[in-house]
Amino acid sequence: MRAGGDPVHELSLCGAIANIVTRHAAGRPVSVIHVQVGQLRQVVPDTLVFCWELVSDGTPLAGSRIDVEGVPARMRCRACGHVAEVGDLPVFACRDCGSIDAEVISGEEFMVTSLDLGAAPDGAVPDGAVPDGEANEGAST
Amino acid sequence: MGRFHRHDDGTAHSHDDHPAGDHSHGHSHGPGDHSGYQTGPDRVEVLERIFDENDKTAAANRGSFAASGVCAVNLMSSPGAGKTTLLRETLQRMAGELRIGIIEGDIETSLDADRLAGFGAQIALINTGNGFGGECHLDAPMVGSALPRLALSDLDLVLIENVGNLVCPAEFDVGEHARAMVYAITEGEEKPLKYPVMFRSCDLVLVNKMDLLPYLGFDLDGFLANLRAVNPAAAVIQVSARTGEGVDAWCGWLRARLAEVR
Repeated sequence: MRAGGDPVHELSLCGAIANIVTRHAAGRPVSVIHVQVGQLRQVVPDTLVFCWELVSDGTPLAGSRIDVEGVPARMRCRACGHVAEVGDLPVFACRDCGSIDAEVISGEEFMVTSLDLGAAPDGAVPDGAVPDGEANEGAST
Repeated sequence: MGRFHRHDDGTAHSHDDHPAGDHSHGHSHGPGDHSGYQTGPDRVEVLERIFDENDKTAAANRGSFAASGVCAVNLMSSPGAGKTTLLRETLQRMAGELRIGIIEGDIETSLDADRLAGFGAQIALINTGNGFGGECHLDAPMVGSALPRLALSDLDLVLIENVGNLVCPAEFDVGEHARAMVYAITEGEEKPLKYPVMFRSCDLVLVNKMDLLPYLGFDLDGFLANLRAVNPAAAVIQVSARTGEGVDAWCGWLRARLAEVR
C-alpha cells in the first residue's frame, strides 16, 4: 500500500532482518527466510528481496532468499462488530454501519516467522539477482 | 495444516511445521527451486517482529525524554511542505516561554539547521546520508545518538524534524510522545488515500499554505473527507507558516501535549 518511486527504507529493514536471522540461525546455514508483510506496512516485497541480496552479500547469509507472505488488512467495527477486508481503498469506516470507530485487526504484521535451514544450492543465483556491478549501483541511489 | 507439494522429479513431501498454521503462501516452488538442500524438519520458528530492535530503542528514548520531563513531537511531511518555516515561526513565538530543542534530520546538508539558528533553541543535526545508501527517515537509534547533544534537563519540548518523505518516517517510532504532520495544500487533496499509513500515524495534521487557497483549485472539504476516511481521530489545524495564520493554535496544541507528559 504505497506509491512507487519513493526512497526506500527496505535497506535498513534488511539490516534488522539480518540481526534476527543471525541470532536464530546460530551459525547454521540458512536457505530461506520467511517474512510476513501486512498490507498496511509500506514494504514492497520485490524491493525487500532485492535489498536482501545487497545486505547479505559477503556475509554468512549470502545466497539465502526472503520469501514474503502478504497479509491483507482487515478491520472490525467497534459499533456493530462487522469484520471486513480494507481492500485497495484505504477507507477505515465500517462497510456495514458506517461507524468510524473501527479497529485494524490484521495487516500491520512485519515479522520473521521462520527460517529454512540448509545450504543454498551451490552456485545458485536467487530469483531477480543482478550482476554485482548493477547491484552496487543500486545501493547508492 | 500441512503444505503438500510435488516436484517435477516425482518426489513429494509436506511441510507440517509452519508456525502460522493454516494459510497459503504467495509463491510457487519452481522445478529445481530447492534442489541442493533439505526441506521438511529443518525449519526454525522465529516469530520476531522486525521493528523490535527499533522499538526497544524508541522506548529507551521515550524514557530519556520522560526522565527530564520533556515532551517530544515527531514532525513529518513531504519535502517542501513547510516544516522548517513552521518551526521558525514556532520558535519565534515560544522561545521565551518554553525551552525548546530541535532534532533535525536532513539527508545531506545543514541548511535547515542553519535556518533555525539564532532563536535560542538547542539544535542537534542528524545527517542521514552517512548510512548505506542514505536513509530516508529517522529511526530510533539515530534519534538516540542525537540525545547526548541536547541538554534534556534544560528543555521542555523537543521537536524532531524528520526527513521530508511521506512513506518511510511513518514506519519508525523514534520515541516521540506525539506525531504531527505538515501537509501543504499544494500537494493535492488525494494524498491521504495515497499515503494512508503516514496519515493514519499522525495525532495532528497541520494543513499548511492556507494563504494560497484563493489561488489554487484545492478542495479543502474533499481533502478533509479523505483524511477522515483514513484517520478519523486526527486533529486538524489550518495554518500558514508564511503569514502566521493558525500558528498560535499549533503552539497551543504543543502546550497541551507537554501538559500531558508532565
